[in-house]
Amino acid sequence: MGLFILRRVGVMILTALCLTFVVFFMTNLYPNLEKLAKTQGNFRMSDEAVASWLEKGGYLQSTPKKYMEWIGVAPSYQHVAEDGTVTGRCITPGMDPAEAPRFCGILQGYWGYSTVFKDEVSSIVATRLSLTGTLMFWVMVVMVPSALILGVLAGMKEGSATDRTLSTFAITTTATPEYVSGVLFIAIFSSSAVGLKWFKGTATSAMESPNIENFLLPVLTIALYGMGYIARMTRASMTEVMTAQYIRTARLKGVSFPNIVMKHALRNALIAPFTVIMLQFPWLLNGVVIVETLFNYKGFGWTLVQAAGNNDIELLLGVSVVSVLVVLITQLISDIGYVYLNPRIRIS
Amino acid sequence: MDPLSWTGSIAFLNPLLFAALGLLAISILIWILIGAVTPEDRSITNVGGTLSLSAGPQGLAALAVRVTFLASAVILLAYIVLGLFMGTGAGIIGALAQRMLPVWIALILLFTLSISFKRRLGLYGKLFDSPIGMIGFGLVMFWVFTGIFGAFDMIITHDPLAQASGMKNKAPGTPLRGAEEGDFAWYLLGGDNLARDVFSRMVKGAWEVVKIAPLATIFAFMVGITLGLPAGYYGGKLDTFLSFLANLILAFPVILLFYLLVTPEIVATGLPQYMAVVLFAFPMVFFGVLLNARYRTQPQKNLMILAVVLVPLFLMYMCLINAAGSKIDVWPLDFFDVPGGILVVFVSVVFVNSPTVFRIVRGLTMDIKTRDYVAAAQTRGERPWYIMLWEVLPNARGPLIVDFCLRIGYTTILLGTLGFFGLGLPPESPDWGSTINEGRKLLSVYLHPALPPAIALLSLVLGLNLLADGLREESLRD
Repeated sequence: MGLFILRRVGVMILTALCLTFVVFFMTNLYPNLEKLAKTQGNFRMSDEAVASWLEKGGYLQSTPKKYMEWIGVAPSYQHVAEDGTVTGRCITPGMDPAEAPRFCGILQGYWGYSTVFKDEVSSIVATRLSLTGTLMFWVMVVMVPSALILGVLAGMKEGSATDRTLSTFAITTTATPEYVSGVLFIAIFSSSAVGLKWFKGTATSAMESPNIENFLLPVLTIALYGMGYIARMTRASMTEVMTAQYIRTARLKGVSFPNIVMKHALRNALIAPFTVIMLQFPWLLNGVVIVETLFNYKGFGWTLVQAAGNNDIELLLGVSVVSVLVVLITQLISDIGYVYLNPRIRIS
Repeated sequence: MDPLSWTGSIAFLNPLLFAALGLLAISILIWILIGAVTPEDRSITNVGGTLSLSAGPQGLAALAVRVTFLASAVILLAYIVLGLFMGTGAGIIGALAQRMLPVWIALILLFTLSISFKRRLGLYGKLFDSPIGMIGFGLVMFWVFTGIFGAFDMIITHDPLAQASGMKNKAPGTPLRGAEEGDFAWYLLGGDNLARDVFSRMVKGAWEVVKIAPLATIFAFMVGITLGLPAGYYGGKLDTFLSFLANLILAFPVILLFYLLVTPEIVATGLPQYMAVVLFAFPMVFFGVLLNARYRTQPQKNLMILAVVLVPLFLMYMCLINAAGSKIDVWPLDFFDVPGGILVVFVSVVFVNSPTVFRIVRGLTMDIKTRDYVAAAQTRGERPWYIMLWEVLPNARGPLIVDFCLRIGYTTILLGTLGFFGLGLPPESPDWGSTINEGRKLLSVYLHPALPPAIALLSLVLGLNLLADGLREESLRD
């Protein structure tokens, strides 16, 4: 088991390095850098001015070198101007170049500076992530229990009325992407055209004080899309368990139906959905971006859109590091959890 | 001209429809409750030794659901049929039904032909034994025909890009101000915030989806199959490497990938085009290997067949990736240029979809390669690629066809996501994602610009999911 976890962690780190390198490479392509130089310096810069601006920032080194500097395993670039002043990534204005640290990258906690929000990337990511964390928490609270209940109820008696109705419902929710269900919810529950106005169509005020009125619609929108999928997986797993020999034995023994479901079937039926729930995280991330844009909730997904739309390279890199790590760690948990929960799998 | 109401002179059907729908909802509720409370219908052994089911409350409730469902369907049909004959006399619904006439004709032809020959049509014919599958197929084909006829300018009432004065955000059924002879006199589903016709844009949006989604899914399948078969069949280092690559792409948040691939700066570097060079080569590799594996022993025939298939494919390939004035401009015989935006969207959708297909194909191959017929082929001395493509792949077709339907739906959702974030497609493009994005900004006041594309997308994807469900049920029954 220890070796298995070690191997998975190793693969995970390798994947993370590859992915962040891809993002780094794509954000550091020359047209992006040129745009950065022009937005930071001056829009009418000549090509030479752009080149010298980039040279000064160390952007013209080879991509692997820049990547290593950004990670923090290579000494960071220092530029010596003609008059002898030294500038560099690690040297904050007013600092003596001799005292500045040699390495400053992600590993040292230096995430860079956002050109859009005019703030440290690490603090932006932290605040935005906590906002999205609240959203995700409530999504999980709504989504997981209801999906499991739906799936178990549907899978209890395959082909029954409950099964057919709930399965149709689950298929409909998986066919409704967030930007459709969100628009439908806003149209029905918050527009003055329909006139119900039960909830608010934006979640901006939910950033300070989340309550049902401003937070229910975004949570429901994300939860609904993932719910159908988890419910269908739970149903498939439940129907499989319900046809197993030991369930038949229990029925023949005279155990009551609720007892069979609760005591014999449920635990075995919930192993598969656990991994599915964990693997839902990358999809939820997708949904978070859409819903935060739709409801104007300024969390992590909204930051991603802002960073990507405004060519904010360091913020975009920071955001992608976090999202890649979230995805990979949930995958790792799902792998380990599956082995842990399922005694039939033995890893030698 | 008066503004149109929703149902016009067939308003007498409305109470009937509401009653039928209400009864349907009530009967479904009763059906569920009875199913949960009462025991299942018991089987009775008759005198002659035959079995029959006792008529219980469950059977009655199911009958009630069926009857009320049929009643609702008949009333809905009545709307369409009456609308067809009365046109604008039957309000917006009637006018819509009349505009959709080619779609109805095509659907009726398709269904009558398919149902009358269903015994000879294999899995496709069996689809018509499952009501769920039929509903799904009907929904999908409705949008496919709408898209195709819309592309020929048959259904649309106005130019989807033209702006009419005084029609900004007007409600559905508003008469066109200053309509000239030959113009359609109403905006059937209203005007959007740039005074364009919502209905025509929705119909044109169907064509955007029909044109990109199936083709992109086919390409993703070519890539996934060509890489997944050897990975599953050989295993070992190749498998480890390819699976690692697939997991790499799968761990990437899709929206981040889209933002990285589709921004104009990246497009200017030609990166999507280089990806197209790689991804679009897979169909050629696939068909080349497929045919070569089959006709390897008859060199003359092999050469001829390969030439007949690969030369047109190669020409298509070069035309696809080659575009004058871009990074790849080497091929003189360029018959057509794919508009840059479409190519980028296409490439990114294929790129996102292929790793999932790869994983499915790999899993299926690993399962199927342990079968006896594969061992028999190996004993016969068949080459690995022959076994993969002519023994394993045909036997994996069931799950692959089901996944194909689901994946077209997912691709449709992805295209909508791209449109929603305004990525790739031109800003005035009538695709559903962009239209939803434009409409949502005024959603609290005007519902009509955002709702038609949203419902269209929902029903198409729902249709594809139901179709996949029906296909799965029928293919499991074999």
